[in-house]
Amino acid sequence: MMIINLLGLMLIALIVWWFWLYKPNKTIVQNSEVLIEVKDGVYSPSSIQVSASQPVTLKFMRKDQSPCAETMLIPSLDISEQLKLNEITQITLLNLSPGEYEFHCQMQMYRGVLKVV
Amino acid sequence: MVTTNTNIETKSGCCCQAKSQSSSCKSKENTLDKVSHNQQLIIEGAGCASCVGKIEGALKATLGVVSAEMNFADRTVTVSGTAKTEELIKAVESVGYNAKPIDDSSATDALDEKEAADWAYYKKLMRDTFIALSLGVPLMIYSIVVGEMTVETNLERMSWLVVGILTFGVMYFSGKHFYVGAWKSFKNHSANMDTLIALGTGTAWVYSMVVVFAPDAVPLMARHVYFEATAMIIGLIDLGLALEIKARGKTSEAIKRLIGLQAKTATVVRDNKEVQIGIEQVLLNDIVKVKPGEKIPVDGVVLEGHTSIDESMLTGEPMPVEKAEEDEVVAGTLNKSGMILFRATRVGKDTALAQIINMVKRAQNSKPPIGRLADVISAFFVPVVMIISVLSALAWLNFGPEPAIAFAIVSATTVLIIACPCALGLATPMSVMVGVGKAAEAGVLIRNGEALQTASKITAMILDKTGTITEGAPKVTDIILAKATDEKDVLQLAASLESCSEHPLAQAIVESALDKDIELLKIESFNAITGFGVEANCNNKALLFGNDKLMKIKGIDLTGFVEQAQSLAKEAKTPMYFAVDGELAAIIAVADPIKSDSISAIKRLQGNGIRVIMLTGDNKETAAAVAKKAGISEFLAEVLPEDKANKVKELQGSGEIVGMTGDGINDAPALALADVGFAIGTGTDVAIESADITLMRGSLHGLADAIAVSKATLRNIKQNLFGAFVYNVAGIPFAAGILYPFFGILLSPVIAGAAMAFSSLTVVSNANRLRFFKAQNS
Repeated sequence: MMIINLLGLMLIALIVWWFWLYKPNKTIVQNSEVLIEVKDGVYSPSSIQVSASQPVTLKFMRKDQSPCAETMLIPSLDISEQLKLNEITQITLLNLSPGEYEFHCQMQMYRGVLKVV
Repeated sequence: MVTTNTNIETKSGCCCQAKSQSSSCKSKENTLDKVSHNQQLIIEGAGCASCVGKIEGALKATLGVVSAEMNFADRTVTVSGTAKTEELIKAVESVGYNAKPIDDSSATDALDEKEAADWAYYKKLMRDTFIALSLGVPLMIYSIVVGEMTVETNLERMSWLVVGILTFGVMYFSGKHFYVGAWKSFKNHSANMDTLIALGTGTAWVYSMVVVFAPDAVPLMARHVYFEATAMIIGLIDLGLALEIKARGKTSEAIKRLIGLQAKTATVVRDNKEVQIGIEQVLLNDIVKVKPGEKIPVDGVVLEGHTSIDESMLTGEPMPVEKAEEDEVVAGTLNKSGMILFRATRVGKDTALAQIINMVKRAQNSKPPIGRLADVISAFFVPVVMIISVLSALAWLNFGPEPAIAFAIVSATTVLIIACPCALGLATPMSVMVGVGKAAEAGVLIRNGEALQTASKITAMILDKTGTITEGAPKVTDIILAKATDEKDVLQLAASLESCSEHPLAQAIVESALDKDIELLKIESFNAITGFGVEANCNNKALLFGNDKLMKIKGIDLTGFVEQAQSLAKEAKTPMYFAVDGELAAIIAVADPIKSDSISAIKRLQGNGIRVIMLTGDNKETAAAVAKKAGISEFLAEVLPEDKANKVKELQGSGEIVGMTGDGINDAPALALADVGFAIGTGTDVAIESADITLMRGSLHGLADAIAVSKATLRNIKQNLFGAFVYNVAGIPFAAGILYPFFGILLSPVIAGAAMAFSSLTVVSNANRLRFFKAQNS
C-alpha cells in the first residue's frame, strides 16, 4: 500500500511539475510574423517570443470546428477576434512594451503566451 | 480569401470614361479589360509614415490604377482601377514591401459560412452521439436488467473482449477528438476539458480491458468492466456539445439581425446610367438611388427627393424620420415612402452600421470584472481536478471497503468526468453576448463588459438639461423691448452677434431671424465670455448679449427688467439680456421644450432607486421650472462646463456610483470622469468616443433600458457563475464518494457524464433567457 501511496504522490508531483512549473521552449519570431495553428485544443506554437522593437503579426489558422476555438482574446490589450474556420485571421501588434501577454479562448481551454523582450 | 471586388459594368471602368474619348485615352483603355476593381491590400514591412508615399507611388504607376490611398494606421491600401491583384502585389514588392489581399467578404457571407460550419459540426457530433449511444444504451440496459458486468467465466471474458473492441471503435469514431486534443494539450504542458474526458473514459476502458485480459491481476470482487460508462460518457458529451452549438447560435441572434440589415446591392448612377452593384463596390461620392421599400445601402446625404425612413432597427425609435435634401441617411435603414438620390459619404467599414456591428462584436467578446475570478479558476482548474482524482483514488485504496480498487477506479473516473471547466468559462461570456446584443437591438451600444457591469450598479444619474431632458432645439418665445423700439432691429443685431457663437441657445436666435427673412450684419471683434455671454461690435455699435451677471459686470442698468426676466424664467424659459452701446435694448427669451417622454423615463430611473440630478448652465429660475416639470427634485443651475466634472467627483466622493448623461461633446470631461458615461447619440452617429454607453435614440428611456439590460445581464451572469461554482464544488466531492461513508451513495460515471454534458448546456440556455428582455420604446 505504501508503494501505491508513493506512486500516487509522485503522480501528483508530476501533474504539478508538468502543468505548472515546467517552462516550455518559446518560438522566437524572427521575421515579424508567426503562424499559429488552432487545432485540437491547442495553439501551436503556444509560447511565442518577440522583440519589443519590432511589430509582430499573429496569424491564427483555425482548423478546429469546435465553437470553443472561435474566439481568441488578448485581455491585456483589449483584443478579441473571431477566428474564421480554415482561414487565417491576422492580428498585427505594434509598439508592445516588454512583458508577457496571455492569449486564450473564451473558456481558457486554448491558452498561449506572447513574451515581448 | 481574395478581395477583388469585380464590378462588371456596361461602361468602361477607366479613368477616362467621364471625358471625351481622346486617342490617348482610348489607347490606354484598350489595354485594360472592361472590368472595374476596388481592392484592399494589407502592407507588410511598412514601418514609417514615409513608406506611404513610396507604396502609393508604386501603385499609381501601375497600369490601370486610378487611385491608391494608404491608411498607415492599419497598414492597408485601397486601390481603385482595373489592375489585377497580382500586379498590385508586384508593384508593392518592387519598392521593398510585401502586400497581401485582405479578405473583405461581406459580414453576411462570413455569417453564412459560420452557420454552415456550425451546422456541419453539429451533424458530425450528432452522428458521433448516435454511434456512441448505439453501444452505450444497450450496455446500460444490460447492466440494469442483468446486474453487474463481471468477468468470471471464459465465455464472459470473450464476450466482454468483443464489447471492449466495440467500445474502442466508439472511442475512435466518436471520441477521437477528445483523445487527440488531450494528447496535444499534454505535449503542450496544458490541460483542458478533453484531458478530463480522455483520462476518465480512458481509465474506465483500460481497467476494463485489464479485467478482461488478466482477471487474476485484480481481486475477485473487483472484476467489473465499465465499457458502458466509456461509451455512454462519450455519447452524452458529444450530445451536450451538439446541443450547445444549437443554443450558442441563438446567443448571436442580435448580431445576426444587425448584419442582416445590410443591403446586398445598391443602385448607383454613373455616367447618367443606373448600375446595380454589390454594396462593397459603392465608392465615396457615388450617387445612390433608393426606391420606396428598399434599404439604404451606405451612409450618405440626400441630394434629391423627400421620404420618410424607418430607423427603428438601429435606434429603437419607432416613428419614421422625415428626410429631405441635405439630411443624412444611414445604411441599413428602410426607405418607406419616396424615392431619393443621395451622395455616399461613408462606405464599407466606415458606415455607421458597420461601426455598430464592430462595436457590438467587440463588446460581446469583452468580459466584465465579475468574470475574472472564473478566469483565474479556469486557468488552474483541470490540473487541480486531476490531483483531486488521484487523491480520491488513494483515499478509497487506503480506507475504502472491498473491492477498494473498483471503488478507486469508479471514483477517480467520476471525478474527472463530472468536473466541468466549460460551465465556468462560459458563464460570463454567454450572458454578455446576449445582453450586449439585446441592448444593441434597443438602440443602446455598450462599449465593453466593464461598462455593462458598472451600469448595473449606478446609484446616481446626472442629466444634462439641454438636449438630454429637453429637445435641444430651443426657440425664441418672447422679445421684451427696453430702450429699443423696433423688434426687427433688435433681432437683426442680436442674431448677427449670435451667429458667431456656438452656444445652443444662440442658434435659436439666428434661426428666428432667418425665419423672418432678416439679413445678418457683419460682426467685428467677437468675444465669447464662457459661462456669461458674448460681445462684439457691429456698425460701430457695441453689442453685449448674455446673463444678468454679464450685465452687472459691464455696468448695464437692469432696473425694472429683472422681475420680467424672472417671470419668464418661472415659465421654464431662458431670458437673456441684450445691450447696445451700454444700455439694455431688450430681453430675449428662449424656451427648449422637454422631450415628450423624458418625464416617464425619469420616473423609471427613480423607480429603480436611482438619484436623478439635473445640471444646466441656465439660470436658477429656468432650471427650477424645467426640473419641476421633469419631476426632478435635485438640480444645479448656472453650472460652467468644468463644474459638471467637479459635480461628478463630488458625488463619487460621497460614495455614489455615478452615471453621467450628455451629448458627448460639451460634456466630454464629465462623461469620461463618471463611472459610466452615457452619450445621447444624434440618431445614428456613433462616433462618440468619450462615452461608455451610447444611446442611439434621443429618448431617455434608452438610459433606463441600458440600466435595465445591464442589471438583467449581471443577474444572469451571477446565476450562471453560481450554478457553475456550486455544480463543481458540490459535484466533485460527491463524485469522489464523500457521501459513501454516511449514506452508501457513490455516483455512477455515466450520471457524471450526463451532468457534465448538460451543465454547460444549462449555462448557455440560461444566458439565452436574456433574449426575452424587452426594451421600453418611447
